[in-house]
Amino acid sequence: MGKYMTSVLGWVDQRFPLTSNLKAHLTEYYAPKNFNFWYFFGSLALLVLVLQILTGIFLTMNYKPDADLAFASVEYIMRDVSWGWLIRYMHSTGASMFFVVVYLHMFRGLIYGSYRNPRELIWLFGVGIFLVLMGEAFFGYLLPWGQMSYWGAQVIINLFASIPFIGPDVALWLRGDYTVSDATLNRFFAFHVIALPLVLLGLVVAHIIALHEVGSNNPDGVEIKKNKDPVTHIPLDGIPFHPYYTVKDIVGVTVFLIVFSAVLFFAPEMGGYFLEANNFIPADPLKTPAHIAPVWYFTPYYSILRAVPPIMNSQFPGVAAMGLSVVIFALLPWLDRSPVKSIRYRGNLYKSWLAAFVVSFIVLGYLGTKPSNVWGTFGADVAILGGADVATVVARIFTLVYFLFFVLMPWYSSRDKTKAVPERVTA
Amino acid sequence: MANQVDTNRRRFLIAATGAAGGVAATAVALPFVGSMLPSERAKAAGAPVEVDVSKIEPGAMITEEWRGKPVWIVNRTQEMLDALAKNNDNLSDPMLQVTSQQPDYCNNPDRSIKSNMLVLVGICTHLGCSPSPKLQPGNDMGADWTGGFFCPCHGSKFDLAGRVFKGSPAPVNLVVPPHKYISDGLLVVGVDAQGEA
Amino acid sequence: MKFAEMKQMGLLCGLLMALWQPLAGVASEAEVHLDRAPIDTSNQASLQRGARVFVNYCLNCHSAAYMRYNRLVDIGLTEAQIKDNLVLTGAKVGDTMKVVMPAKDAKAWFGAQPPDLTVEARARGADWLYTYLRGFYRDSSRPTGWNNTVYDKVAMPHVLWELQGQQVLKTELKRDAHGHETEVKQLVLDKPGKISPAEYDATIADLVNYMVFMSEPSKGKRLQLGVIVLLFLGLMFIVSYYLKKEFWKDVH
Repeated sequence: MGKYMTSVLGWVDQRFPLTSNLKAHLTEYYAPKNFNFWYFFGSLALLVLVLQILTGIFLTMNYKPDADLAFASVEYIMRDVSWGWLIRYMHSTGASMFFVVVYLHMFRGLIYGSYRNPRELIWLFGVGIFLVLMGEAFFGYLLPWGQMSYWGAQVIINLFASIPFIGPDVALWLRGDYTVSDATLNRFFAFHVIALPLVLLGLVVAHIIALHEVGSNNPDGVEIKKNKDPVTHIPLDGIPFHPYYTVKDIVGVTVFLIVFSAVLFFAPEMGGYFLEANNFIPADPLKTPAHIAPVWYFTPYYSILRAVPPIMNSQFPGVAAMGLSVVIFALLPWLDRSPVKSIRYRGNLYKSWLAAFVVSFIVLGYLGTKPSNVWGTFGADVAILGGADVATVVARIFTLVYFLFFVLMPWYSSRDKTKAVPERVTA
Repeated sequence: MANQVDTNRRRFLIAATGAAGGVAATAVALPFVGSMLPSERAKAAGAPVEVDVSKIEPGAMITEEWRGKPVWIVNRTQEMLDALAKNNDNLSDPMLQVTSQQPDYCNNPDRSIKSNMLVLVGICTHLGCSPSPKLQPGNDMGADWTGGFFCPCHGSKFDLAGRVFKGSPAPVNLVVPPHKYISDGLLVVGVDAQGEA
Repeated sequence: MKFAEMKQMGLLCGLLMALWQPLAGVASEAEVHLDRAPIDTSNQASLQRGARVFVNYCLNCHSAAYMRYNRLVDIGLTEAQIKDNLVLTGAKVGDTMKVVMPAKDAKAWFGAQPPDLTVEARARGADWLYTYLRGFYRDSSRPTGWNNTVYDKVAMPHVLWELQGQQVLKTELKRDAHGHETEVKQLVLDKPGKISPAEYDATIADLVNYMVFMSEPSKGKRLQLGVIVLLFLGLMFIVSYYLKKEFWKDVH
């Protein structure tokens, strides 16, 4: 570095902690050296966040949050704005890829016990990010003002109406009208483009600050700060994030961008999962499409909603179960009583429950995209179940498994036969 | 450990990755920047305008809209044309040295293709007001006024070729837009032999 | 999701429930077999023929309000050709494909305003359109005299009947080897039209091809660009992979 650069840097450092922050978060942030495949998704989530904000800003330049103009303004972006189609597809593909990345990131936390002491707050901020992200997705999905946008918002807002006593008023307040309308679109736009992104950014910063305070977990679940070099006080199993993990993440980012571009350029609709056919029909308050289902990333919770039978004619138990199925992730740090963090040293009991949970999540996700008669009904000769939809019964079983994974965790995680955790990380 | 590092190889790989990253960032930035240019809708709305000029009486003016701006078309009489040269001493740029204010084919004393037919963008070159036509000599503009345009905002004066008078706040002459004649009486504003503006 | 489950899901808004009930039948069309549309959006001649059919037959009642005429330069036409051959409404070549018929009249004549067709191919799919446009048959019980195998009780009359002729739906009882009788419905050409069935199918294929193009005119550019982007990223992967490998030599 030239003499001039050094003096400019010195000038800045006297006024702003630039060098010390670069050191604290990059060149002298010591990350465990045994990160594997699963550790790409944190930085990828950050990348997608930046992409969504950037593309979002440029979409806002041409989008019109007006019930009469919204649908047309999206087609205007797709056709008349130069490169508008690219920016829009980046945003719509980015929305789905955000959830892909975040789900994998969460799964990493799950299998390596990244939510355990001392990382409970990182996990809680993360759950917060996930909730806000779901809100972002929900609000953003109304904006194209197609049939799926409209009826999706209609159905979700009506879920709030099932809250005892205050429900109908809450739903009315959310819509700002007696049906989903221009007023609803306008406020959803405000939430989508400014309110939630601000909250999201704040939570992401908190998530990273908390992480860099306690240090990263790793696939062995070993605390690298316990073994420091006696002279330099650098963790023996730690390497500076920069350059080692920056160069590694560049590879990860490139591979991710290959997948992202393959979808964006060759299958932006992703067979109707990322962009649904019915959303190419303008919103019509008088005509419900034949098949409405949420976007794929919401379908596991939607399945849980459908699986819980109404009690005393109230749909509220289903709604509550759906809400709980998301929020329950926040309790993980206190539900897990295992003496070890990583799946590598856990016993078969935990592994079986985790496998059952993953299968439940995927099957529920699949069933949420389909009508509940997708697998037909049980014949009248089947005891008890005669006449019931097969898919509904399956969804009920897996809903139970989904919740038992969490509820029984204190029990099975503590009595699981664990293996000895090594002192240092393994290669 | 450190002495085994092949510094040259590292430098090369950093440079190569940095270059690839730079190309990628530029390639991503271009569509975003490009998206802020006029859209197809704006281009369609700003398309060349056809004007029938055969019905303009001598000495009269019509106003057309092109790209959201007023375009004046004045059918100048022979007296009006004759008077142009009289003003030369009082004008800032009588010889049209600021060539950006008119296409080459209008760089002539009349600033026009057909000498009688004046085509001007009716926007003052000072701060963008639209001047008022004061086509007749004299009147409220004073005895030596030979006809032209007066900007009510800051008092800029132009003659009947759109040339600015000395002492006006406007620095340069009014703009002659690209135009051409499809037939004798049919004018197109916004396009000429070089193509669309 | 079928209507029954939506009810089960508990949409508590009573008013809406009342609204949806009668509409459910209209919305849930029975699953029908769709023929695969033999289309190729890189075939410019077919797209040009399709555009001509579109502006001549569809654009009288349907708009394509997001599609600009001059976008047709993408299928190999010049602006002059577009203006002379395809703009039939007096619109400018930079205008979008607006409909001639006023919306109010349309509603009075057909009971519903004919939908805009710009992105219809993305909403319905090419196969649906291809089958639908070949699936009209005579049905005297309908106000227009026409019905459709894909879209039962469709409000739209068979605009292309002069080309195709008249079809009728014949119901036959077929007996299989076990003696079970099944109803088989089949379209039969009752009165031939101006062109042969094969020519009609080809015309519809052109039309559907055009509608697919129109639903996403940037698709060609998207696919081209995608190849370049992926090639570049492949290169980027190789470089960054060696960079990572080089640095990670330090880590033991």
